[in-house]
Amino acid sequence: MGYRVFIFVLLMITWVLLSGQFDAFHLTLGLISCALVTWMSADLLFREREDPVLQRVQEGWGVAWYFGWMLWQILLANVAMLKLSLSPTALQQVNPSIVHFKTKLKSDFAKFLLANSITLTPGTVTIKISGDDFYVHAINDEAAAGLDGEMERRIASIYRCEGAARRELVNASVKGNGNGRGEG
Amino acid sequence: MIIILNIISIVLILTGLVFFFGSVVGVVRFPDFYTRMHAAGKGDTLSSLLVIMGFAVYHLGQIHWSHFVWADLLVVVKLLAICAFIMLTSPTATHALMDAGYEDGIEPLVRKKGNALEDKK
Repeated sequence: MGYRVFIFVLLMITWVLLSGQFDAFHLTLGLISCALVTWMSADLLFREREDPVLQRVQEGWGVAWYFGWMLWQILLANVAMLKLSLSPTALQQVNPSIVHFKTKLKSDFAKFLLANSITLTPGTVTIKISGDDFYVHAINDEAAAGLDGEMERRIASIYRCEGAARRELVNASVKGNGNGRGEG
Repeated sequence: MIIILNIISIVLILTGLVFFFGSVVGVVRFPDFYTRMHAAGKGDTLSSLLVIMGFAVYHLGQIHWSHFVWADLLVVVKLLAICAFIMLTSPTATHALMDAGYEDGIEPLVRKKGNALEDKK
């Protein structure tokens, strides 16, 4: 119940911030639609509700850093694409190949992070992920040489830290109240 | 002040159009589905971001600070929120299209080293 009230308040704050109108009509509309959304789909917003607040803040901070890094990568990839498509020798420079490698990353989220990072790096796009196999389309040899696994190592190190922290916190909660869920 | 903001927004929008142009040229010139998706999927991310940021800066110049209402500033916030969503969805959409093409059996054009692309034509 408390969770649903929290979701309702969160939705209502978003509504007020986005509508910017404070008269009775618009606020009533907001109340009705937020109540409807809370009733129908409050479960979808947070999956693991047992996580402590501090960990959520840390994850949010990590996502913010990821956004900043992503913006920089988007800039680099677009400048490279502009140069390639407008250069008079573009057709000679295009030398596509499909690179296949196996990843050591285990969790879905780490794989998603790696796939998105590859797509954002200049000249490479992830085509397919099946299990541990990655199929990456590289537009020329230079781009294919960039897939040397350095990015995978970086993500693996981030993820190992995150996984270790999560396990520690789960253990602490198990010790603390005796009924914490173990699956983490 | 308004003139400065307008100039910034014009520069942003024009830069975005240059990137759009590069993306379109890439779609026309590149040889096969996958390389065209490189141009279409990557080229439009930064250009959409730049154009929408240009709109946001332009709208910042249109706000009347003497009789200020929150709704005016909210337009800017909403435009920046659209930027964030485009950053997230554009690579994902590119990946989805590439995967769909691969599943559909489109043969990728793969060349050996030193083999000129003119053979293809």
